[in-house]
Amino acid sequence: MKRLKVTTIIALALAAVLGLASCGASQPSGDASSDTDKTTAVYRTIDEIKDSGEINIGVFSDKHPFGYVDENSEYQGYDVYLARRIGEDLGVKVNFVSTEAANRIEYLKTGKVDIILANFTVTPERAEEVDFALPYMQVSLGVVSPESKPVTSLDEWNPDDEMIVISGTTAETYLTQNYPDIKLQKYDTYANAKSALENGSAAAWANDNTEVIAYSLSTTGYTVGIPSLGSEDTIAPAVSKGNESVLNWLNDEITALGEEEFFHKDYEETLADTYGLDYEEELVIEGGVPAE
Amino acid sequence: MPDLGLDVLFKGKNMIRLLGGLWVAVKISLISVAISIPLGILLGIVMTSKNPIIKAVTRVYLEFIRIMPQLVLLFIVFFGSTSAFGINISGELASVIVFTVWGTAEMGDLVRGALISIPKHQYESSAALALTPAKTYIYVIIPQTVRRLIPLSINLITRMIKTTSLILMIGVVEVLKVAQQIIEANRMSSPNAAFGVYLTVLLMYFIICWPISMLAKRLEKKWG
Repeated sequence: MKRLKVTTIIALALAAVLGLASCGASQPSGDASSDTDKTTAVYRTIDEIKDSGEINIGVFSDKHPFGYVDENSEYQGYDVYLARRIGEDLGVKVNFVSTEAANRIEYLKTGKVDIILANFTVTPERAEEVDFALPYMQVSLGVVSPESKPVTSLDEWNPDDEMIVISGTTAETYLTQNYPDIKLQKYDTYANAKSALENGSAAAWANDNTEVIAYSLSTTGYTVGIPSLGSEDTIAPAVSKGNESVLNWLNDEITALGEEEFFHKDYEETLADTYGLDYEEELVIEGGVPAE
Repeated sequence: MPDLGLDVLFKGKNMIRLLGGLWVAVKISLISVAISIPLGILLGIVMTSKNPIIKAVTRVYLEFIRIMPQLVLLFIVFFGSTSAFGINISGELASVIVFTVWGTAEMGDLVRGALISIPKHQYESSAALALTPAKTYIYVIIPQTVRRLIPLSINLITRMIKTTSLILMIGVVEVLKVAQQIIEANRMSSPNAAFGVYLTVLLMYFIICWPISMLAKRLEKKWG
């Protein structure tokens, strides 16, 4: 009976400590959000951002050359270049938040960042959860083949030839649907697909065009015969669903930047080393209007 | 000697950055360990209670934490606190909360196990010597329990240090994230860097966890 009393007292004490701990946690330690009223929206308007003097922008920190951290701890890349310009034009300091592909939407839904600039491909599913601004880049599929026997079109495909794809990629889906006669060689990893092409076990390799362009530039003897294939996907900044204020500001900004060819300059500063200047027009969208 | 791409570690501030990331991981795990061990010991004592309500509550707590993957707990605390209550907590604080709640639960179960492994006659002998229940715990039960607990809790502590690799998912840049950043930033210039950099991270985790294991060995010898 006495033992029971000891445990009861400790249980109460423990409950009190845990209760205190959770109270301590509820003190706002973050600085980002000034409103603690949960009935208001999670996001901040453009005026609130300007007043706070800081904007939180979610970027990748390990996706060279779009968003990465260099050896001096500085964020760099195509997305980061735009983020810096946004901060400059708003007259606020940019807080870079390191995001992962899997948590980008959550960051916007909770208002923990104001804008996501993390190589975010626009899809109808994502557009239900976040609002996309005007696009600033486009990607599609590409086909790389040996320079000695370049593949420039899929229409006169030799039925004996095979095409390398990585399982589960959009390239596999696209080819299966649109070119069911092309025989596919499927690999699980980038490295295996690469060695298969280099061993000559297939005529060509289809993948995201940024990947095949970077590959052909770093490997001699291979050329991108088809730089864009299939539907073009656009990449755009995203804001919290319903944040008209920041969305409109961003759209005006992207349109205005188009007049000074900002994204071409961005490409030349950050992407040209990886993708070369030949593919600038394939990848860049200027002023939010995709080229035909 | 094959090219491990170790040269990227000496580029710019890379080595300092990696050590800074290690400090973030160690700091978060040590703070959590420091809070969860005392709380876990208390919880363990509570869990031996015969009161059905206390028993049920602690059981539910333990099972809930044990079943939930740590990553889910991190997401619930970091994003859930904002979407449900509008509280904006930092990634570091969210990590400490999750690791403490997890550590307390696991530690509590270890302590419970160690306590019920103490034979009943120890309690009865103490009672025969007219020790109060509190004194029985302080002088008889706890010293014996601690000895049984050391290897188990060291296992938990090193597990907590290693699990900090998940906190990069809530935006905390710790050692593994810095390693990924270094590897990716040099993807074109040193494609082999992944091996060398991850090897360095492995050594860093080892250097942190090894002394803890050694300390445990010494304590076991001293008190065993």
